[in-house]
Formats: sequence, C-alpha cells, structure tokens
Amino acid sequence: MSPPSSVAELLVGKSICVCAGAGGVGKTTVAAAIAAGMAARGKRVAVVTIDPARRLATSLGIPELGNEARLVEPERLEAAGLEANGELWAMMLDPKRTFDELVERRAPDAATRDAVLSNRIYQELSNAVAGSQEYMAMEKLYELHEEGGYDLLVLDTPPSRNALDFLDAPERLARFIDSRSLQFFLAPGRRGLRILGRGTGVLFGVLKRVTGIDLLKDLSDFFQSFGDMAEGFTERASKVNGLLTSRAATFLLVTSPQSESMEEAEFFRSRLLDDGMPFGGAVVNRVHDLGLAPSANDGDGEARDVAGEHAELERELAGLLGDPLAAKVFRNFEDYRALARHDRASVERLRDRLGRGESLILVPYLDEDVHDLGGLAAVGEHLFPA
Amino acid sequence: MADVLDKRLLFVTGKGGVGKSTVASALGLVAARRGKRVIVCELAQQERVSRVFRSEGVGFEETELAPNLAGISIDPQRAMEEYLRTQVGNRALFRLLFENRIFQYFAAAAPGARELVSIGKVWELAQLERPWTKKSSRYDLVLVDAPATGHGLGILRVPRTMRDIARVGPIRRQADRIDTFIRDARQTGIVTVALPEEMPVTETIEFRSRLRDEMKMEVDAFVINGLYPERFKGDEERALARAESEAAASDGSLAHPAMRAALAEHHRARTQRSQVRRLRKAVDRAVTLPFLFEPELGLAEIERLSHELERRL
Repeated sequence: MSPPSSVAELLVGKSICVCAGAGGVGKTTVAAAIAAGMAARGKRVAVVTIDPARRLATSLGIPELGNEARLVEPERLEAAGLEANGELWAMMLDPKRTFDELVERRAPDAATRDAVLSNRIYQELSNAVAGSQEYMAMEKLYELHEEGGYDLLVLDTPPSRNALDFLDAPERLARFIDSRSLQFFLAPGRRGLRILGRGTGVLFGVLKRVTGIDLLKDLSDFFQSFGDMAEGFTERASKVNGLLTSRAATFLLVTSPQSESMEEAEFFRSRLLDDGMPFGGAVVNRVHDLGLAPSANDGDGEARDVAGEHAELERELAGLLGDPLAAKVFRNFEDYRALARHDRASVERLRDRLGRGESLILVPYLDEDVHDLGGLAAVGEHLFPA
Repeated sequence: MADVLDKRLLFVTGKGGVGKSTVASALGLVAARRGKRVIVCELAQQERVSRVFRSEGVGFEETELAPNLAGISIDPQRAMEEYLRTQVGNRALFRLLFENRIFQYFAAAAPGARELVSIGKVWELAQLERPWTKKSSRYDLVLVDAPATGHGLGILRVPRTMRDIARVGPIRRQADRIDTFIRDARQTGIVTVALPEEMPVTETIEFRSRLRDEMKMEVDAFVINGLYPERFKGDEERALARAESEAAASDGSLAHPAMRAALAEHHRARTQRSQVRRLRKAVDRAVTLPFLFEPELGLAEIERLSHELERRL
C-alpha cells in the first residue's frame, strides 16, 4: 500500500497535527494551509501560530498576540478561493501570558502567585528565553485539546535553528524548574546543609563568587515560591507528553529541498520515534518543478539523446521567438532544469532515508510568494491534491 | 558600508533560510583579502561556514579555514566552562562546582545562561587582551553568523536582559561589559540579510526599528540575497507571452514549458525588484547579491559572491 499523498489522508483520525522544521522553510505557511484545507473539508480547525509574518496574520484576521482563537470569517476564506464548509480558527500564541495563566491556576494562594509573577527570574524565564515558547506552545495545545470544541488543532512550532530544538526545549525548561533542589545551596543553613553535607558550604561560596549574592538570593526566592508548584508543572508536562505520544497526535516535518534541512529529516524522525511520538510524514516545500514528466526532466535518462534534444529545443524556440530571445529562454530553462534535477534527486534521497512507507508531500516553488489567504489556497492545492 | 569591515565585531543576522552563513562567509573572504585577520563564529552549531571550507567541522577550536580566515563553532557548554574557570580561579573549586550534577542541570537550563556565555565568547574573541583565554587577540575582525531568530532581536538583547536580571555582582559586570561593547558603534556592526520577498523585507524593516528602539543601535549594512537576473525586457516579455499562448503544449516538445519557465522567472524577477525598491525606500541603501543557479553553494560560489560584495560595498 502506498503512503498517503494528501494531508487529508494523513490526518484521518487525528485531532492534533504538529508542524515542525527549521527556520525559513515555510512552516507557518504550511501549518496555516493545512488548517485551511481541513476547514474546507468540513472540520472545525484551530491553527496556533507562534510568530507569523504580519501580513499573513492580518490576512487571517489575527493582527496581534492574543490567547484567544479567532474565527477567520468565511467571507475572507471564500474571497481567497477557499471553501468554508467547516470553521477555521486562528490564534497567535502569547507565550508569556500562557505562562502567567498557568501560574495563576497552579498557585496555591494569592501570595505565592504574586511572588512568582513579580519575581524577576520568573519574568525572564517566561519571556521567551530558553525553551519557554516551546513549552508554552505545547501547554496551549494541551489546554485547547482538553477544552474540546475543535476537530483538529494544528500547531506551528516556534522559530528555531532546527526541528529538534522544539523537542528539546521543554525538557530544558523542566530541568531548570527541577533544579529547584539547588535552593538547598542557595539558602544554606536551613535544610540544605543537613541534606547535602559538608561540601555544600564551599560550593555555596564558589557559586556566590561566580554569580554574586544578590542574584543567588533572587534565585532562591524564585525556587522557593515556585517550589510548591513545581510538582504540578512536572505532572502537567507528563500529561502534555502523554497527549503528544497518543494516537490522536501526529507530527509533520516541514523541510526545503536544500541538503542541510533534508539531512535533518532523518534525525527528526528517529528522534520522534525514540520519544514515542508519531511521525506522520514530511512536507517538502518550495520544490523546483517544471511540471515535466521525469524522463524529460531528470537529465540522466539512459539512452536519451540529450544533445539532440537541446538542439531541437533551440531550433523550435528560435522558430517561435527569433534568435536573441530564444537563446535567453533556452538558457533560463537550462538553469531551472538544473535546480529541478537537484531538487528531484534530493527528494529521492529523502524518500530513501525515510523509507518508502512514509508520506512525502511536495509543494512546488510557486510563482508567487505566499503571504495571504490566496497563497494558502495555492499551497493547499498541493497539500491536498484532488 | 565600506568601513563596516573596520569594526572589530560584526553580527550577520536575519531569519532562517535567507543565507546568513553564505553572507558571513563571503564577508569573511572579503575582509581576509584586505589583509585582515578574521574569525567567523557560528552559534547555531551547524558548522555551515566551516563546511564550505573543509569537509569536517571545526568545533570549539579556533581553526584556520583559509589564509587570514579562521572559524569556530561556539559550544555554550565549553564557553561556560571557560568563563567559570576564570571566575573561580582555583582549579579544585572550579571542579567542585562544575562537576556538581545539580549545578550542571541548573547551568544548562538557567534562562539565558547559554546565550549569555555564547555571546560572551564572541565578545571575548574580539577583545585585544582576551580575558577568558589569557591570549592576546589574533583577530582584527570577529564575524558572527547569528542564530536564526523570529521577529525579535535575539542574541543581541541577551546581555541587556542578563544585566537587568543580575542587577549587581559579577554577572551584572560581565553582562554590562558585553552590552557596552556591542552597542558601541565604533566596535560593533550589524549586517542584516534578507531575501527579496515580501516577508523577509518586512521583517528587516521591523528589525531595524526594534534595534533602534530597544538597543539604540543602527544597522550598518543591508544585504539582499538571491536576486534573480533581469533576463527579459518588456517587449521580450510581450513576445514571449504571445508565443506561449499560441503554442499549444504539444506532446514531447519542451518549447512550451521553456517559455512558461521564462515567464515565471520574469514575473519573479519583477516582484523581487519591487521588494528591493521597497527596502531601499525604507533604509536608503541595500546591497544585492545575485541568485546563483547552483543547487548547493560551495567554495567557488562563495568566492564569487565575495567578489560581488566587494564590488558593491
């Protein structure tokens, strides 16, 4: 059985679709186009984006950060040639607010809540450093899933240098929260010294020299006020993890045909499988494709007379266009065929690496840049081929 | 822009996929040809720059890539080790701290810590007397292939943030020194890279205003990468369009797809130029680099681009 060639098939029975990939491959566009395509198929879909380009955000009707999903008006969709059989909701995630809300819900009392929210370490932690965006993206996903109300949630992951960052970042944040045991050093003289023994005082001295006493005190305050909630966070994180490893979820890798992002695809897949998360397939975006049959396009066809073919094309073009223009058109075509050959080979390599059983969906390099609903419709035609 | 290479530290920034590593490598070659001793720092640990010059990565070692041009891939863990060693002084104490499991957890995960030591290492390389390694500088120019960011200022803002967190004490002092250095226009410069497309151009314009507002810094040079050639003139386009619409897509003939490809490229080239104009209108001056019809860029292509850059600087 050949693997699904449409995102619609890939998402049968799924209620969560996470789009991951390195920066610059068109992740946000693909996530939004998937959501729009599924909405056209009658689903109630929400797309959660992290950092969309302004024009796309405007086009979706989410001009600013906000933790509320907004309905993309059916008229907008229809004007762009997208069917509105279902509903498309869009949200631009505010990681900081998500974190604050989480603290508000988790805090045992108002004093703890205020202590955490006003702590400067917490403020930086929640402000988009060191994995909090990724963590909060997953948190939001979980929250929306628990609330119900959508047939499908599509998550666009935060910009990062590679797709794996997305998987590692929450772990890093969890570890930091978990290193609360450090508070024993930070506030020696209490439980700490008794638990950790004689070396602790020395260690504390060294730490003080490196960070300064005030920073240590802030850290200590942070861990102390956060301490009681830490367990709740750990518990929550394991629930989120449970959701992402469940049958309801699937991960799609978005990649470009360039070798470095292709190389990553294989790592990404094995890493997902190691973590028990379902790999749904890869979307290769911006593939140079002249829409030609492979034999005319791949250039390494066995017994083909390449030189003869060139001469014929040149002759034909000259007849149609006259000499100087024909030569330019020919040259342009040659340049594009070189790129198309490369991309084709690159896609084949990826197919080999992932295995023939995995879905690989190609989106060609389109004539127009994609930055609005019309562009999403154009991308959607390739994600959801008829 | 000519004197942008006279800075001691130069950040090459931009969104993922716009060709930052390519531009950083090309700039490195230009400066090296001018007789400067250059090091290119990669922060994303993907070694895209060093792999242009050699088959293996260079890791956290200052390694010669070409005459006058060195490279290093900044490993936050190693940078942190280097920094802490100088802070603690005493070897035994350093080991006590660094080998403590809880401390390692903490240091690896503490918000901003990895980023601060990474940019700290870059700063260290640019100092005349290098404080972490006790060397004197071998470099006239430190080029940074900055990690891809979203719409924010990314790593440039880290020292500011950390100095605000730490308020007083050694981390505050260190963060302060780095922040002062990178915001000193005589020492540090910023080069942005964008593709001639709507979204990257918008982001570049936004980056510039955020850099002004939040850091009081200016972009020293704007580079637009991957500009298609203008192969066809207006009357040629009309002739092409006519011939394309008349010629049926006949079996086996490549003439029709060839003309279609020509029209598509003409359309893209024109859209790209309107984006170049848009950026130039916003920022006055932007240097363009041609799109190279090579599937992957190797040393020969980077050399070519470095000459293009040099001509346009």
